[in-house]
Amino acid sequence: MAHPILEFDRGREVEFNFEGRRIRAFESESIAAALVAEGILTLGWSPKRRRPRGFFCGIGKCSSCLMTVDGVPNVRTCITPVRDGVEVRRQRPLGELPKAPPPEAKAGELDVDLLVIGGGPAGLSAAIEASRLGARVAIADENVRPGGQLIKQTHKFFGSRENYAGVRGIEIARILLRELDGLSATWLTRATVIADYAGRSHDVVVSTPEGPWRIRADAVVVSTGATENMIPFPNNDLPGVMGAGGLQTLMHVFGVVPGESALIVGAGNVGLILAYQLLQAGVDVKAIVEIMPKIGGYAVHAAKVRRMGVPILLRHTLRRAVGRERVEGAEIVRVDESFRPIEGTEERFDVDMIVLAVGLTPSTEVPRQAGAAWDYVPELGGPVPIHDPYLRTSVEGMYVAGDSSGIEEATTAMLEGRVAGAHAAAELGLRPDRAEGVIKEALRQLESFRSGPFSAKVVRGKQRVWERAREVIG
Amino acid sequence: MSEPGVIPEDVLAELLPPDEKAEGRAVAVIECHEEIPCDTCRWVCPVKAVIKPAITTPPRCDWDACIGCGTCVLACPGLAIFMVKLDGEWAEVSVPYEFLPVPKRGEVVWALDRVGRRVATAEVVRAVTSKDRTSMVTIRVPRGLAHSVRAILPPEEGTEG
Ligand SMILES: Cc1cc2nc3c(=O)[nH]c(=O)nc-3n(C[C@H](O)[C@H](O)[C@H](O)COP(=O)(O)OP(=O)(O)OC[C@H]3O[C@@H](n4cnc5c(N)ncnc54)[C@H](O)[C@@H]3O)c2cc1C
Ligand code: SF4
Ligand code: SF4
Ligand code: FES
Repeated sequence: MAHPILEFDRGREVEFNFEGRRIRAFESESIAAALVAEGILTLGWSPKRRRPRGFFCGIGKCSSCLMTVDGVPNVRTCITPVRDGVEVRRQRPLGELPKAPPPEAKAGELDVDLLVIGGGPAGLSAAIEASRLGARVAIADENVRPGGQLIKQTHKFFGSRENYAGVRGIEIARILLRELDGLSATWLTRATVIADYAGRSHDVVVSTPEGPWRIRADAVVVSTGATENMIPFPNNDLPGVMGAGGLQTLMHVFGVVPGESALIVGAGNVGLILAYQLLQAGVDVKAIVEIMPKIGGYAVHAAKVRRMGVPILLRHTLRRAVGRERVEGAEIVRVDESFRPIEGTEERFDVDMIVLAVGLTPSTEVPRQAGAAWDYVPELGGPVPIHDPYLRTSVEGMYVAGDSSGIEEATTAMLEGRVAGAHAAAELGLRPDRAEGVIKEALRQLESFRSGPFSAKVVRGKQRVWERAREVIG
Repeated sequence: MSEPGVIPEDVLAELLPPDEKAEGRAVAVIECHEEIPCDTCRWVCPVKAVIKPAITTPPRCDWDACIGCGTCVLACPGLAIFMVKLDGEWAEVSVPYEFLPVPKRGEVVWALDRVGRRVATAEVVRAVTSKDRTSMVTIRVPRGLAHSVRAILPPEEGTEG
């Protein structure tokens, strides 16, 4: 079906082997997306009870798509592109290490001023600012395509004119990538940063399909984004229960729509926007359920799904997912003032997708491994590295920006990235006067973007973190 | 209590143009009332008819200045701007539209209200699509529906409509 916003450039057709079956796919697809497109929803089984597991996050963060690829176990197939002739097997339930020792991998080495970890809006902006100021920058991202969450956001963004208001997320990604292209940063894609041994400088270990890389950098910006939250309910691991971002990835990056009807859990902006995008992809959205007594997202996003006939059921929650091998239905229930289910108010919807839009948690593995001080800040989505308004952490030369510094938005991620990138460059002695101007302007825009009531919670969280930063960073 | 996700009646009343401002001429109806960080409508308007002192102040339309060009309808990321033109017994309502297929002039579509109810069938008077793929579809409805119709749906195959 044609899509109202997107055109898919799927590339060449390829063929790979899946447990003895030949699967046709496009070279632009990930293995997991190609399997889902073929109707293969069970990508593995849980280790103890052998329950089927399927696609959930689509960005390499949840591990529910681990498979054995060409004999290598535990490959995250959602971020591994298909190739002609590749052998893909599910693990029953755990992978086995190949008998033969792995081939000697040649380690790459690189020496840079700044390493940016994660190429979403925050990382891209940090890399652009630092490169512009003359820093030698490398940027590592573990996904096949750079751009982070932006590459799946087909809707137009809010914000001010300087921050691409009215421009679709996918287009903002193109603009940032084009801008970075014109500068001299080094790109590493499918490159997962696994450790940063921070001392006087940063000694960073990066895992890539060709082998490990060692990158020495004077400064690092951590912009690794976030992981989608799961909530407890019976059968929440059934294939067909997906994260909102995961489903967006399937639909908008790969053009795969893995079902016909959906129930969405969560009426924040993510759930509301996703409902509209499902309608655009031709999916029948039965309802959005929200446990709170009011809608968390913007009224304009709610209004646009309501007028297309999608009900928003407040004070309702998901009771269970129904189905054996995959989602066949969703049972919802009303809750009382203390969020307890009211017996007898259960209602069942026949849907083949249950989409969770129940929040995100910052991805902070790298700073925590490096020893950065952190705190649990509910307003920012969970554990975040302590950072000051310039995004400095307690580890010398380590910055954090975007969702990994607290769940917010792409617009604020870009602004934080600019501050971090410019500050890092200035600390290296590169055009500090120009850097100061960039930082001041970005901080001004951040403050103005955060001035409304919807940002009150984030601002509270940030202020607490800045407060702590005065103690731990000085 | 009002319907979740539907603009409350009293808030809406403040946002609708008085009849005389929309009689015989299309004007923007901006159904955006929260303090959200967005000011796209303000800077796209060619005649500065959108009043919005700060990025988080809800926009208001200066209907005397508005020339009914539809630029803001196509640009608004919240798909929250419509146009209404009153015309005797009839009214033209323009809605933003991001689905396929985009109906053509002369086609008959369902007119939906704010909760997706099919309140009338309506003829498409005009449809334009911007470079970034948002369309604006203008339909003709009875005057009494000018401020309740806010979406369209192409008729299903095999149904009369
Ligand atoms: C459905 C949905 C709708 C949204 N709508 C909007 C909206 O309308 N407006 C808005 O402003 N925001 C929106 N957001 C939020 C916005 O997408 C995020 O806030 C923003 O993308 C955060 O940017 P980031 O750069 O911090 O992280 P991300 O965009 O998540 O990028 C992080 C990158 O880091 C990479 N990475 C992670 N770990 C590693 C590692 N160890 N090594 C190497 N690379 C790594 C990832 O591959 C990824 O590419 C939406 C989010 C969702 C899920
Ligand atoms: S319709 Fe045109 S003139 Fe009127 S407010 Fe919108 S952009 Fe301005
Ligand atoms: S452009 Fe749309 S969403 Fe943004 S402030 Fe104007 S009316 Fe509201
Ligand atoms: S890690 Fe692949 S779906 Fe989550």
